[in-house]
Amino acid sequence: MNSELAEHSQFKDAETGQFNPKSLIIWPLSQLFRFLEWPMKRIQNLLGLGTMPYIFLLPNLCFFGLFVVLPLFVNFAFSLTGGTNLYLDERAFTGTEQYAFLLDCGNYADPLSCREDRFWKGLLNTAIFITLQLTFLVLFSLITALVLNKKIQARGFFRSVYFFPVLLSPVVVALIWKWILLRDGILNAWLVELSFDKILFFVSPAWAMFWAIFISIWAHMGFYTLIILAGLQAIPPDLYEAAEMDGTKQERIFWRITLPLLWPNLLVVIVLALIKGVQTFDEVFVLTGGGPGTATQFIVQYIYNTGFTNQIQNFGLAAAASVILGVVLFGLTMLQLAATRWKDNG
Amino acid sequence: MLKKLRRILTAGSVAMAVWATPLFAETQLRMTWYNDGIEGEVMRSLLDRFEAQNSDIRVTLDVVPYKSIMESLPVQLAAGDGPDIARVTDLGGLSKYYMDLRPHLSDAGYWEKSFGPFLKWLRQPGDTSAISGFMTQLTVTGPYVNKTLFEQAEVPMPGKGATWDDWAKASKQVADKLEIPIPMAWDRSGHRVSGPAIAMGAKMFDGSGEPALIDEGLKRMTQRLYDWHQQGIMAKELWGSVSGSAYLGANEDFTNAQVVMYMSGSWQIPQFANNIGDAFDWWAVPAPCGPAACTGMPGGAALVAMKDTKHPEEVAKLMDWLAQEENLAEFYGRTLFIPGHLGLAEKGVDFDTEDPRAKHALETFAGAVPGISQTAFDLQGYVYNRVMFNALISRLNEAIMGELTLDQAYERMEQDIQQQLAVKKRGS
Repeated sequence: MNSELAEHSQFKDAETGQFNPKSLIIWPLSQLFRFLEWPMKRIQNLLGLGTMPYIFLLPNLCFFGLFVVLPLFVNFAFSLTGGTNLYLDERAFTGTEQYAFLLDCGNYADPLSCREDRFWKGLLNTAIFITLQLTFLVLFSLITALVLNKKIQARGFFRSVYFFPVLLSPVVVALIWKWILLRDGILNAWLVELSFDKILFFVSPAWAMFWAIFISIWAHMGFYTLIILAGLQAIPPDLYEAAEMDGTKQERIFWRITLPLLWPNLLVVIVLALIKGVQTFDEVFVLTGGGPGTATQFIVQYIYNTGFTNQIQNFGLAAAASVILGVVLFGLTMLQLAATRWKDNG
Repeated sequence: MLKKLRRILTAGSVAMAVWATPLFAETQLRMTWYNDGIEGEVMRSLLDRFEAQNSDIRVTLDVVPYKSIMESLPVQLAAGDGPDIARVTDLGGLSKYYMDLRPHLSDAGYWEKSFGPFLKWLRQPGDTSAISGFMTQLTVTGPYVNKTLFEQAEVPMPGKGATWDDWAKASKQVADKLEIPIPMAWDRSGHRVSGPAIAMGAKMFDGSGEPALIDEGLKRMTQRLYDWHQQGIMAKELWGSVSGSAYLGANEDFTNAQVVMYMSGSWQIPQFANNIGDAFDWWAVPAPCGPAACTGMPGGAALVAMKDTKHPEEVAKLMDWLAQEENLAEFYGRTLFIPGHLGLAEKGVDFDTEDPRAKHALETFAGAVPGISQTAFDLQGYVYNRVMFNALISRLNEAIMGELTLDQAYERMEQDIQQQLAVKKRGS
């Protein structure tokens, strides 16, 4: 077969004259590009060279526009309407009524003083979750990456072990942990074995929040560890060698070399983890259902309940809550970017 | 060579046409279904028989989780992308999507005679004539007890006319003696709470027929539920461990003998007969009494035709066939469901079970139907009853978990109901 193909000049290596297997991929691509050459030249002549980058970006922009930007606008339009109809043109225009309803509060620190108390409880729970989850997630990911960057035994194995939970679906993660934490789950069986009383983890608000945070960190830490590890490996080793020759202490090396050079990666981790944290829904929904009471009901679950689980589905209110959430998220991300620029500029 | 190729192509085309013709001639119908027990299998066998008699109609049975029926189906229907037929429990809430079968039925009188009182549950307010489907099961809420545990604990079971307080006390005694973790469990559902609340005197509606959830009767029952949770008679684990109006049943705990008394309903019979068998005596008991009545809530699931179907004639033909007495007798008999067909209810159904516990439970629940309060029927027939149920269960749960006082919960329940009904009034 190879000798037959090698008879054709397009499959031969230019230098050796032997059959080149890579040409099996390269040749069809080159034919495709040759086919596209003529129309692309025509477009370039017609629109000018400066426009060509936009032409190349156009297919991606179309998808982005259709599946990201357009739904954003549709969602915003929904937030200005009321009633239960699904199609926008059949819905009653209500202006900012949905926003006014959500923001109608006696005291913003006390959700019970708000007209839509569950929205504020959801925001408060999300804020508590994000603060704790983000702090410990970044901290544990950094520590793990620092350890995995050392020359320890079975380093490859441990890197895989920390990454495995990332491959699991959030629903699977939540179900596994639910089985562990139930009244008759493995953890309670161990506690009884050790002569302790059973703990009803899903009845205590504090325990439920603790496990929601713990499991979220367990499930996502591997991904962020990987990003930090890549950053650590990109730090030039000669900086460490020079520091060691100067007799610099390890703590000082960490604070003066590792952390400043790792900062761009840490920023990526913080921004990604923050966005992911605010969007948390499936794991916690399967694990605690938002309970006990409303202790782990986050803002995304509020939006889901308002838009879908109620008998009278309030799409307008759900859309307004989504817009507010988006604005908060955008603000936080901008704040972080500004903080980084300020730091970079000294 | 060319001639041979032409012959092969011609023969292939003819064969393809012969094979494909029946496919194009067939009408494909889709039925969305959920299962509590074995009813999906029974329905499939009936559909197979229908298809054998009507070779031009094929019916695909899409079995989905109950959650999809409650949450995804309404969105599908609103988008005009729903199935031809569906099994639903939000009987009135989805009524604007139902098709009126009447113009396609040869004997609408049979439907009125057989399903009369239940047809109005499927109608939109003001409509007095539409025929959209039939009840695949009539359900009645009520409690089950683990009789074996009562016997082992040597605690007498409260008799006829016993109140909820009597049962709560007896269940607690049994649980304490035998170290059973949950003395009493109720499904986490506003529908389940409503029957006992009506027994305590809740009226549910004001004089003009508008929802009026909060009154002294409802407060009497919710105060008890609150107290039972604080006293450990009911487990916070069941009601407290989720939020909002999410449904949670204690059927698995009851099956595992972790519950002395379980408030649920007649639809659990096939499951208990199958899963508990003779492991212990599970016994259905009549609805406990309050000062106003000894009542449960009626309810059930209906098979309804959807108006967006592209095949109304075929849908009506299938629905009419399924609704015939002999087919429904087989369906109810094999599934152990209380019949939602008046003729069969009167004649009695030959239930396909030898289990004395299942037979007793069926007799108990069927016997409870005449005693159901009119308020309970009115509530079941109210199109937006789930708005009331959801407000009741979610806010009561927040009170039980200490997030609200009971008075704050009552206030929030009323606000939730008013707010949602206002959304509906805004346009639908």
